[in-house]
Amino acid sequence: MLEGLLIGLQTALSVQNLLMVVGGCLIGTFIGMLPGLGPMSIIAIMIPVAISIGDPSAALILLAGVYYGAIFGGSTSSILLNAPGVAGTVASSFDGYPMARQGKAGKALTIAAIASFAGGTIGAILLMVFAPALSSVALLFHSAEYFALMVVGLSAIAAFAGTGQVAKALLMTVLGLIMATVGEGALFNLPRFTMGIMDLQTGFGFITLAMAMFALPEALFLVLKPRKIEGEGDGEIKDLRITRAEAKAIAPVIGRQSLQGFFIGVLPGAGATIASFLGYAVERNIATKAEQEEFGKGSIKGLAAPETANNAACTGSFVPLLTLGIPGSGTTAILLGALIALNVTPGPRLMLDDPQIFWAVIMSMFIGNLVLLVLNLPLIPYIAKVLSIPRNYLIPFILFFTLMGAYIGQNNATELLLLVGFGICATALKFADYPLAPLLIGFILGGMLEDNFARSMQLYDGISFIWERPMTLGLLVIAAILIVLPSYRSRVAKRKASGVADGD
Amino acid sequence: MALDRWIALILLGICLAYGYAAWFTMDSSLAPFMRRNPIWPSTFPKVLSVLGIITALIILLGLEKGEAKEGEIDYRRLGDYHIGQALTLLALMVAYALCLRPLGFLFSTTAFLIVGSYILGERKWLMMVPIALVATLIVWYLVQQVLGIYMRPLPGFFGG
Repeated sequence: MLEGLLIGLQTALSVQNLLMVVGGCLIGTFIGMLPGLGPMSIIAIMIPVAISIGDPSAALILLAGVYYGAIFGGSTSSILLNAPGVAGTVASSFDGYPMARQGKAGKALTIAAIASFAGGTIGAILLMVFAPALSSVALLFHSAEYFALMVVGLSAIAAFAGTGQVAKALLMTVLGLIMATVGEGALFNLPRFTMGIMDLQTGFGFITLAMAMFALPEALFLVLKPRKIEGEGDGEIKDLRITRAEAKAIAPVIGRQSLQGFFIGVLPGAGATIASFLGYAVERNIATKAEQEEFGKGSIKGLAAPETANNAACTGSFVPLLTLGIPGSGTTAILLGALIALNVTPGPRLMLDDPQIFWAVIMSMFIGNLVLLVLNLPLIPYIAKVLSIPRNYLIPFILFFTLMGAYIGQNNATELLLLVGFGICATALKFADYPLAPLLIGFILGGMLEDNFARSMQLYDGISFIWERPMTLGLLVIAAILIVLPSYRSRVAKRKASGVADGD
Repeated sequence: MALDRWIALILLGICLAYGYAAWFTMDSSLAPFMRRNPIWPSTFPKVLSVLGIITALIILLGLEKGEAKEGEIDYRRLGDYHIGQALTLLALMVAYALCLRPLGFLFSTTAFLIVGSYILGERKWLMMVPIALVATLIVWYLVQQVLGIYMRPLPGFFGG
């Protein structure tokens, strides 16, 4: 491990990569602060830039920096304006915004920054410990287990979608998988489902799809329904210091939430959003009566908990990505797509074949967290000015960057028309409350899922691998339980509820 | 019928068409030696089409009950939102896609940014035009010089 750390440090500390971390964090904070633009859109917009850098370590470092920056920026707008830029920071506004209203905006931002720093750093240490262990287990996996593992991942993502949403999330996943089969696959060298259209020969572009699924609908929603930005974001942020007593109060919260957030982040489908809400709820429940009263009115514990948890969860979500090559969230799915575009296949072999990439990413997490704490915190009063950019200028630029991203990737104007078309479809899906992340995850995993499925079929001359390999069977059973459980539980709950209603 | 079930109906249609291709038409062009393989190019799509049809039917028939969530935007009252602006901006994006090659990057982009702000209600030309011009030049410089991706800067008839 020490050797790996040194390799990583060497790579991450090169001038280019340091610039990437700093630049990524700044860009991420900048855009993440804008209400309505989530980390997925920001990363999707940055991907063409990252890919054209050409160096996988640098690209991944840049994108990871953008990711942390976006979460950090999101909490800034949650605290200052009660307008979370990112779903994962909604819980931060519960106590952060009341603090800002009481004139303690500077203090709230400092607590958020320290909690994020601690959550991210502890998360990175846990990642350093768990990822190598997990990937040495994963090396024993065969294609049959990989196939089963991806099925588990996809079902977990659908299962976490919420009550009444599992079928929708599943349908979106299947749709993503279907879209992945369009074009000429590596497996058969046969064009499939191209309907004779030449432009479909290579399949749908991943960047185009990512932009169409996230950036474009989010921008259109901003057009449709301008958000009211309330509050006083006019640079009254002073007194960033916190007292020793306050530091003492939040230290145990940070410790607990780093661990809890990290492990929630590792689970596929449960990301920063769930981690932050759960962290907030847990801390409120275990607080003393007097402290519980404070929650929701500007409690420092109530701010520190979600802030720590969401950053730890972001780091945790890198575990399945780096060790298994399976993304657990929309954001890591986009990162996976970027890595594949750079000819790097994340998975257990990553640590053996490209240790410098793996360790450089981990080291850059430490550096990134430090950058956010040391560089971004003092700059926040100035960066917050971005919130006053009129939307008349902002939205055309967002749309333009979406278009540019799709164009640079393919150098093809047809891609732009596809982008608009898919963007309209995605907006309609968003209206009807269909989750879009499963579609993209399905699309990105589709090729690998089919490859592993085909390899096991060839090896076992049929589907007998499903019952002849106990681990595969076990994983598939877990996947089935994950899908059935939420609807079963809601059915039982309803039967109970209806029993009460019809009690006469 | 609510929008989500209409969408499920459309997706069901897509899955049926996809399934028809996978089950009935795709295998006809398969080379004889490939038929001996346990896996065909159509195997995975066949599985997917079945899964897709099942899940689409579950939504269409309302088999999975869940509480109706209040979305961020109520699509039944689309008229209350700035739907006109959104549609015009989409049309503008299509126009940009069609003009990018023939009219060149510099002109198309500047026009896109200016018209985009105009659609959203901006009327301060003295702000709009310089901002759009400067931004276009910066992006063009970054893409062309830093990233090294060629984009035709000027209209074709200028020899750009």
